[in-house]
Amino acid sequence: MTAHLKMDKPDTRNRLDHTAQGLIGAGMDRPDGKAKVTGTAAYAFEDQPEGMAHGVLVRANVAKGRLNDIDRDSVLRLPGVLAAMCGPRFLRNPAQGGANEAPVQGSEGIAYLGQPVALVVAETFEQARHAAHMLTLQIDAQEGQTDPDIAGYESPDAKQAQQGDLDRAMKDAATAIDVTYTTPSHNSAAMEPHAAIAEWDQDMLTLRGSYQMLKYNRNELADALGIDPKCVRILAPYVGGGFGSKLGIAPEAVAAALAAHELNRPVGVALTRQQVFEGTMRRSESRQRVRLAADASGKLQGIGHDAYISNLTDEVFSEPVTQATPFIYAGENRVIGHHIARVNRTCAGSVRAPGESIGVTVLENAMDELAHQTGIDPVELRLMNIPDKNPTSGLPFSSHTLAEALTTGRDRFGWDQRNPQPGSTRKGDWLIGMGMASAVRVNILSEARVRVTLMPDGTARVQTDMTDIGTGTYAILTQICAEMLGLPETDVSVSLGDTDHPPGPGSGGSWGASSVGTAAFLACEKIRRELAKKVDADEADLTLKDGMVSYANRQVRLADMIDEEIEIEGHVEPGDTSDDVTQSTYGAHFAEVAVNAVTGETRVQRMLGVFAAGRILNHKTARSQCLGGMTFGLGMALTEELMHDPRDGHIVNRDLAEYHLPVNLDVPQLDVVLLDERDAYANPLQSKGIGELGICGAAAAITNAIFNATGVRVRDYPATLDKVLAGL
Amino acid sequence: MQTKLTINGNEHDLEHDTRTTLLDALRNHLGLSGTKKGCDHGQCGACTILINGRRINACLTLACMHDGDEITTIEGIGTPDNLSPMQAAFVQHDGFQCGYCTPGQICSATAMLEEARMGWPSHVTDDVTSAPDLTDTEISERMSGNLCRCSAYPNIVDAIRQVSEKTT
Ligand code: FES
Ligand code: FES
Repeated sequence: MTAHLKMDKPDTRNRLDHTAQGLIGAGMDRPDGKAKVTGTAAYAFEDQPEGMAHGVLVRANVAKGRLNDIDRDSVLRLPGVLAAMCGPRFLRNPAQGGANEAPVQGSEGIAYLGQPVALVVAETFEQARHAAHMLTLQIDAQEGQTDPDIAGYESPDAKQAQQGDLDRAMKDAATAIDVTYTTPSHNSAAMEPHAAIAEWDQDMLTLRGSYQMLKYNRNELADALGIDPKCVRILAPYVGGGFGSKLGIAPEAVAAALAAHELNRPVGVALTRQQVFEGTMRRSESRQRVRLAADASGKLQGIGHDAYISNLTDEVFSEPVTQATPFIYAGENRVIGHHIARVNRTCAGSVRAPGESIGVTVLENAMDELAHQTGIDPVELRLMNIPDKNPTSGLPFSSHTLAEALTTGRDRFGWDQRNPQPGSTRKGDWLIGMGMASAVRVNILSEARVRVTLMPDGTARVQTDMTDIGTGTYAILTQICAEMLGLPETDVSVSLGDTDHPPGPGSGGSWGASSVGTAAFLACEKIRRELAKKVDADEADLTLKDGMVSYANRQVRLADMIDEEIEIEGHVEPGDTSDDVTQSTYGAHFAEVAVNAVTGETRVQRMLGVFAAGRILNHKTARSQCLGGMTFGLGMALTEELMHDPRDGHIVNRDLAEYHLPVNLDVPQLDVVLLDERDAYANPLQSKGIGELGICGAAAAITNAIFNATGVRVRDYPATLDKVLAGL
Repeated sequence: MQTKLTINGNEHDLEHDTRTTLLDALRNHLGLSGTKKGCDHGQCGACTILINGRRINACLTLACMHDGDEITTIEGIGTPDNLSPMQAAFVQHDGFQCGYCTPGQICSATAMLEEARMGWPSHVTDDVTSAPDLTDTEISERMSGNLCRCSAYPNIVDAIRQVSEKTT
């Protein structure tokens, strides 16, 4: 049986406010926690089948060219080497999120330095690694273009938008801001390097991999190999972080599958950290011009946001930098520009909160510049410019919490202690300053299916191909099902990351918990109706708690009510509520920094994030997601930057010693406040996505604080000490 | 070549390549995949294990160098049914998200408390001659060799602080 909902109307029942188990929202420990802290959770490369051979990928060492062949003989003589291969089915780069088909294929065409073009397989990892170093590639190098500004930009019509007359508004403005910022390429740098183990049984391929969106990945892999998706099973019960870098099927999966087929034995391929940097997705660098036209009171009359980004040819993804600009602030006159250069650099794709992470950040820097110029308090400036409906589409907002986030944060952080005069607070060698920024991220519901089975012993089993990449899927599905069925959390077992289960939406775009959670909710609701039928009661009149069912003054054990499994597949699809209203999550960031007056070094001393994302399903895991987002913002503000060699575009700092993630000492005890919100348009849980909101604008709060501390405005991210020092 | 490795109290006779790192010996040859590989270059700390009680990056040392050493991996620290206090504190404080850096964090934290107990100073210790007081800053500094991209750092510090307070 199935339980289906197309989300065409708001659901105002607030159903989860009327159940009895008391698990929703609670900071329940992750059910997968014990496996993770004991090292028993098996990630992609850790369930190695008997007889597995090791494959190591070999990269192209030119930015553009043609691979004519590889010198197989040079390595096949080496001890343990089983195969050296390249070919038309190799992937040029990973698939983009949700592509559902193979990306550009063929190792012959080289489009960037670092492209995996060959695979060497040997009995052991050491033998394969050595042979991979020895393999000679026969390459005809060609003239590539690695500099976006020299390559030039395309401006696709569909991505430009204009309303009113921004030029006029800028001329008439009491205060006009016209600034350009740049952000560098970033890498997700998930701690688990991408890996895949392929094993064939006749025509059936089983792939253990580190991927985020299995229902698409299965089709992508089948398409790449030219086989029926029914012949592909992907397993990813644990994924060691993703942040967008594991959305699509990737070169290691296809190479492992091809090699396993050729050698007729299991083959595992794990990327090195250097290969992760070069061969998985980068967030595109950006140049952003922001124009703000304000009247004498500080009210915005116009906003312009032009973004210049890059990608490989034939990639449809282009960093949606301006995604929030059409609706975050009021203003009659608006110009959105989107320009993309085609370059021979590592593929650009999704990195946590594609678009808003850098777009909202730069817009919020420009707002800080406007606040400074007008002398209006930065929080006030935002409050007075919150629109009452979407200023571009005219649609109402499903719910709007920006004002509450701003005022809550202002009070909690002690914003009134901030001296608006830059460079006016000094403690010894340290200049102290405060900054803030709004946070905003679109909210999306994605089609999802989950199977829930109530067993005759009164326990429940939950199955979907959805992944948990650290996001807390195991936890929230346990909670939702335990809550709806009135079971202790230990009586619910959740099985994820297996394409034999019903297809979930995959982890991405912050839609995971709400989408897959709704599908589970629907299944449980139907189970409740089936139970109600058995006792001739109304579903809403049943109280389910701790394995007991109460109705009309009677109480029975759930296990005594059922003699066979009740199995329901919940299925949710987005509907009119995705189009009739503007759905978004909001928040506010506050940061206090100390900048060393001698060295220019910035230390973040305090940081507060206030976020609203509908109903919070698990306060503990939701807070952790926010910590993660805010820390990504801290890295973006101060240290993270992929450096492309101007000669051949290659990533110079392709390891964790040179690409600087925030380390423990860089991150203070971050403060997170989750506002109580119910968004009936989102889904029957009234929950919204929280995984990416924390990064949106976070870096701006820090760089705005640097300005307040020093009077130095760094418009070229990250704000490393050399750039700050130059202005001191 | 052959090496006798003593891991979590069990002896293993390992026939291996001279180039095999201790990390790859654990993961690829002994089925002890609790120890993680994040970089293979000593840059992330995911492979942290204990050798004779001291924390070490298993990717930076060769298996053949550890004949006779007492090796402790995450599997030897505790099991799902019998968590060590540090493991339990990590679960309680959500000191992880994806969990990939976690075995390394826990091994590192376990050894770090021992270092502090022995009076080892750190980069942020004001007075290197006195017994260090494990403030949040001290904990953070001493744990900065273990990267966590999920950025559970504040929760990791909470977990370690709790264990350190309970045991001192
Ligand atoms: S794998 Fe050893 S430090 Fe990263
Ligand atoms: S928990 Fe994911 S890297 Fe630390």
